[in-house]
Amino acid sequence: MTLRSKDLLGIETLSPKEIELFLTTAASFKEVGARTIKKVPTLRGRTIINLFYEASTRTRVSFEIAAKRLSADAINVSVSGSSVSKGETLVDTVRNLQAMAPDVIVMRHHASGAPHIVAREVEAAVVNAGDGMHEHPTQALLDAFTILEAKQKLSGLKVVIVGDLLHSRVFRSNLRLLTKMGSQVVVSGPPTLIPPHIQELGAEVAPTMDQALVDADVVMMLRVQKERMTGAFFPSVREYFRLYALTPARLERAKPDVILMHPGPLNRGLEIDSAVADGPYSLILEQVTNGVAVRMAVLYLLAGGHGETT
Amino acid sequence: MTRLLVRRARLVDPSQELDEIGDLLLEDGIVKAIGAAAAVDVDVDVLDADGLVATPGFIDMHVHLREPGFEYKETIATGSRAAVAGGFTAVAAMANTDPPNDSAAVTEFILGKAAQADKARVYPIGTITKGMKGEQLSEMGEMVEAGVVAVSDDGLPVRNVNVMRRAMEYATVFDVPVIEHCETPELHPKGVMNEGYWSTALGLLGIPRASEIISVDRNVVLAELTGARFHVAHLSTSGALRRVREAKARGLAVTCEVTPHHLILTDESLKSYDTHAKMKPPLVTEEDRAALLEGLADGTVDAIATDHAPHHADEKREDFDRAPFGIVGLETAVSLCLDRLVKPGVISLSRMVELLSWGPARVLGVAGGTLKVGSPADVTLLDPTRHVRVDPESFHSRSKNTPFAGWELEGGPVTTIVGGRVAWTLE
Repeated sequence: MTLRSKDLLGIETLSPKEIELFLTTAASFKEVGARTIKKVPTLRGRTIINLFYEASTRTRVSFEIAAKRLSADAINVSVSGSSVSKGETLVDTVRNLQAMAPDVIVMRHHASGAPHIVAREVEAAVVNAGDGMHEHPTQALLDAFTILEAKQKLSGLKVVIVGDLLHSRVFRSNLRLLTKMGSQVVVSGPPTLIPPHIQELGAEVAPTMDQALVDADVVMMLRVQKERMTGAFFPSVREYFRLYALTPARLERAKPDVILMHPGPLNRGLEIDSAVADGPYSLILEQVTNGVAVRMAVLYLLAGGHGETT
Repeated sequence: MTRLLVRRARLVDPSQELDEIGDLLLEDGIVKAIGAAAAVDVDVDVLDADGLVATPGFIDMHVHLREPGFEYKETIATGSRAAVAGGFTAVAAMANTDPPNDSAAVTEFILGKAAQADKARVYPIGTITKGMKGEQLSEMGEMVEAGVVAVSDDGLPVRNVNVMRRAMEYATVFDVPVIEHCETPELHPKGVMNEGYWSTALGLLGIPRASEIISVDRNVVLAELTGARFHVAHLSTSGALRRVREAKARGLAVTCEVTPHHLILTDESLKSYDTHAKMKPPLVTEEDRAALLEGLADGTVDAIATDHAPHHADEKREDFDRAPFGIVGLETAVSLCLDRLVKPGVISLSRMVELLSWGPARVLGVAGGTLKVGSPADVTLLDPTRHVRVDPESFHSRSKNTPFAGWELEGGPVTTIVGGRVAWTLE
């Protein structure tokens, strides 16, 4: 099977079969990361540009490692030190990059929809590495991959997502992926941070976090995005922690084999208690490991790699 | 003496409840005779209008001509050419230029440029406050004397309630309407689209409909307090429309306009992040759209106005958060109204003509909007069967920012007559 689009802009337009293709391809790449020589020749001679308009450590490094393990040439462009700060428009920037014939442009941007505008302008495959509050598809794929490793299925699981849903692209991509794959998605957070009409996107809103957590198979905590706060969303960090932080006591409401995830970076003491983050149910670092394998799969499938995956 | 005889037209003039086949004689810039009995004379130019509809010249009471200050988007010359090519014989020019129209000097500049362009009539609107800063009242007396027909800080609401109260009180002396861009910016510091299902799905910050409704509410209360004529610009929500309906029922001098785009599109149009669907007020929901259509039919709405807002293509090619709000409307409005409102029977042709002529003329208190004998000889000729394909490249406007590119529509203007002279005719 092949993908219908040259780009990966979001989970929204993927079919369940396409999601499965990314996940099974990632599984075959995961083993590469455990080798002594962590490199395969699959994308030798291909050029991948990581174009980051927004600060990122984890995602940018993950994409760069993924590209290098596939033997592609990876170039990082970040906002500071580029023509972006000289006032060049987004479209002009990517047209210039296109003129150097990259195979893939991995892009993070603070405006929702920016990769969609770019994808219409360039021949290169565009991978959305996070656009505003809209989508972060590789995060949702690596989360699904991590859940699959732990639970061997997605269908029928109760996944609870807690926190700042309004500003979260991780939430929007995960909601779309999990509902497409048959999971039940229950959410909780301060009403000021729950966007309108999310029921129509498939989420069930629980009245309280404690109720949401009952019999959960998976708990995903979202980062409180303090940098996006422009209004009176909640009274204080103290009160947020009281009502919406994941603590050992709260986690007891979930199933005994619950797994805990967080897209990072963690705000310890705000949305998550360190005892939980570093505790036995946590797969937070496993998510990061899997991120490389998933991004290798994405780059491989979009750059049209030939031959054996490994 | 210039004389023009429009022959065998379907004369539709709601100001005198007229809808019949007949002739129209224009002489020395005024309507000399209308009806069946116009005499044929050798000394007259004849315009055969068989199969066409002749209406009072259309008036777009909400247009941004961008000059002075933003000539790269539009000028008074290009904007008034776009107006006549869209079937409009007159436009009211909003004051948010640079400098804004907050003095008689700017008003006179606008009128001078309009006279040079010699296309559509241009009625300047002055600001409510100096520099549109929302603090100090503009010198309305001097501006009205220079030719301003209304006051508005359009583009921005007047946020200080006391300033608005004083502005309304003060405007009563000159009997000009106070036109307000009804918005409550504190509710949505960075909002770019309607808050609802689509803002959630697209991850864009929302503008709740309450933003408009709260402002309309406040200003209706102030209109009652002051006795001012209060006009709601580009009304978009069902809640705001209900408040205007109630205010009218209570006898207040409250009026409103709606735009073709709010009558035709909803926030679903943003789903591909098309910046041509980004405007203020934002496109809203099907429920709002249905309410506005009802408001057209039941008489609550006084005028259809385009909020013609030209922006350069480079500005609209930015990402969705950075692209400016607004679309052009002068050269699409009439065809959109004929095809989407009259053809499906939402409103009659006569009601459409009223909303584009007599309605705005009464709100602004200007001559025109009627073909009564003695009125200005401003006439729009329509071909209700003409096939129109919206092609932004053929626009006379300097800007092409429309979400209707490529639309196929039935009906459109064919000739625009201003002051008894043909200002534009379809090639």
